[in-house]
Amino acid sequence: MAITIQHHLKGSIIGGLIAMVLAVPFIGLYTVSTDQGLVVQTRWSWVVWSGVMVLVGSLAVALLRDVLSARRAGRPNRAAGTKPKRDDALTAKLSKGFAIGITLFAITLPFMPFSDRYIMDVGTTVLIFVLLGMGLNVTVGLAGLLDLGFVAFYAIGAYSFAILSTTLGWGFWVCLPLSGLIAALFGALLSMPILRLRGDYLAIVTLGFGEITRIIILNWQSFTGGPAGISGIPRPSLFGLSFDRRPPEGLTSFHEVTGISFATEHRLMFLYLIALSLVLAAAWVIKRLRALPIGRAWEALREDEIACRSLGINPVASKVSAYAVGGMLGGFAGCFFAARQGFVSPESFTFMESALILAIVVLGGLGSQIGVVIAALFIVLLPEVGREFADFRMIVFGIAMIAIMVWRPGGLLSQRIPTIRLSSIKGEAA
Amino acid sequence: MDASALGTFLQYLINGLALGAIYGLIAIGYTMVYGIIRMINFAHGEIYMIGAFVAVTTFSILAAAGVTSVPLALLLVLVMAIAFTAAYGWTVERVAYRPLRGAPKLAPLISAIGMSILLQNYVMQTQGARPKPLAPVMNGGVTLWQGDGFAVNVSYIQLFIILLTVALMVGFTQLINRTALGRAQRACEQDRTMAGLLGINVDRTISLTFVMGAALAAVAGVLVTMYYGVIDFYIGFLAGMKAFTAAVLGGIGSLPGAMLGGLLIGLIEAFFTGYVSGAYKDVASFSVLILVLVFRPTGLMGRPDIEKV
Repeated sequence: MAITIQHHLKGSIIGGLIAMVLAVPFIGLYTVSTDQGLVVQTRWSWVVWSGVMVLVGSLAVALLRDVLSARRAGRPNRAAGTKPKRDDALTAKLSKGFAIGITLFAITLPFMPFSDRYIMDVGTTVLIFVLLGMGLNVTVGLAGLLDLGFVAFYAIGAYSFAILSTTLGWGFWVCLPLSGLIAALFGALLSMPILRLRGDYLAIVTLGFGEITRIIILNWQSFTGGPAGISGIPRPSLFGLSFDRRPPEGLTSFHEVTGISFATEHRLMFLYLIALSLVLAAAWVIKRLRALPIGRAWEALREDEIACRSLGINPVASKVSAYAVGGMLGGFAGCFFAARQGFVSPESFTFMESALILAIVVLGGLGSQIGVVIAALFIVLLPEVGREFADFRMIVFGIAMIAIMVWRPGGLLSQRIPTIRLSSIKGEAA
Repeated sequence: MDASALGTFLQYLINGLALGAIYGLIAIGYTMVYGIIRMINFAHGEIYMIGAFVAVTTFSILAAAGVTSVPLALLLVLVMAIAFTAAYGWTVERVAYRPLRGAPKLAPLISAIGMSILLQNYVMQTQGARPKPLAPVMNGGVTLWQGDGFAVNVSYIQLFIILLTVALMVGFTQLINRTALGRAQRACEQDRTMAGLLGINVDRTISLTFVMGAALAAVAGVLVTMYYGVIDFYIGFLAGMKAFTAAVLGGIGSLPGAMLGGLLIGLIEAFFTGYVSGAYKDVASFSVLILVLVFRPTGLMGRPDIEKV
């Protein structure tokens, strides 16, 4: 034990020294703009502190890992180095229980006494990201097609609603399916030229598609409003009832009809519930799709494309439909986003959003719907919780992304349960 | 084509070559890392940004110390930028990618995105979010051709960029083709397990690949600092994306391909900005990329992957 501690100490001291070297040009020295040009200033004590922090941090992590692996070694079934038996039935039961639990929680949340505007607002953001994650999960998680430009569908959905509502005066409920359709169409169109590409070539083309969409939105002033964006997007209504204090002409307001006194919270609750129903509908549709031939074709395609072709599965139809379905969900999310903000601008649709959505899918564990929910909670809530750290929260966020990947490379829920299984094999496995 | 149109064309060509050389230098880092561990190092653009910041800080220190000799200053800045940036490149690999060797394919990608967010915000917090303007280091240029109403100019900086890039490329090709390190690197690229069995230290070779990529990105950072004279913490994103596009366009994994791709992207940008519209220059680069990939799915100089069943 003493030897390992000594070993860890040595490693941590080296780590601390390296950190101090790395800290010199950024933490130790910094430049300030003055009238005479840039002037260099120093803060050497910070360099020492960053070295000490890295030393202590890496020592703590190393010791913690030792303790954890010792405890794991103590368990009988892992001691021999054998993989623990997978209990698919138990996992399925657990994740089903969790799914029901979190759904009930999400439905009751707005009516809880402690829920306020802030919780509703953050909850809605989480739901938007869950919806986006589910969309991307179809392309990346189920069909295995890497997409780094998913934000394009989000943007197309949002701008479809923004433009249709401000120019033609159409409402949210008419535009929602339309936005989804338009985004799905773009998904299908995009998938055409890239059917032959695989892996990382696919990644760069989808990235390019995302950027092209953003640049066109940014520069096509007359159609999209350019960098200024589009404002004055109408809010969703409930069967013609508006949630504004003074409803627009031709609409009656919710508080007038129901007699409940007016409160802006009602609108936030209403938005939250729309988002929740969209998410639940999407989750259900994807669950059903997975049991259909097309869903099974996606998963087969992800596992082995050549085997798929040999078995007569049409890879073109499978890929196009995967992009279309994923894009459609992105379009729904975008349409809802536009309705919630009442304003869209190109700034909301940068590559960073694509990266975050992809991070949700991968952190959650590819193909796992519950994983998407957990990861979306993490991605949205961590920066929110970290508001006290203010400036450093994004640094912590980056570190957390790396740490989770190092800790669980397969994602938080990496155990993949086959959608179908031959009954004879089931008997053997048990 | 009349003389003035030809002159304009030549001017765009020179601007495009200088820009393309910088993209090419960054693209080599992407392509080498991809060749050896088959991952997209999304944090590479940030490494280049770090190189640019070290360059600005060193230039400012030298100015304060009263170093007026331009060649000496350049040499010192290049050495400092390469040293520190290479150290960052090494650390990034050690912290974020090495523990993920053998992990599912997307895990290092997400780790790289996390690293990119981390480095961007780290530089923003420590150096400030405002752009850093730098007094011009090299002034003047040569007029290649003078006609009535137009002139074709090459600034000394453009000349320096192109010459330095050519020299680095020649040296680098020699390094990869002739030295033991280059041989080890190519062996790891072909078969990591086998290379390990034959006594090559695979981990060390991968680390050195990151160090070399970071060193070239640092040079690109220094050059960009001198060329544009202003940098901020966000420059890594766009440049990284362009360079990655260049690497894929040339055929990811191929060194001459990366340089060719970089030059092409630089030229497309310069000509598109000059003749059509500056706002849509990135659309043009990506469209060319997509077109090339439709007809040659492995890029211009990439080897086709053989699919094994």
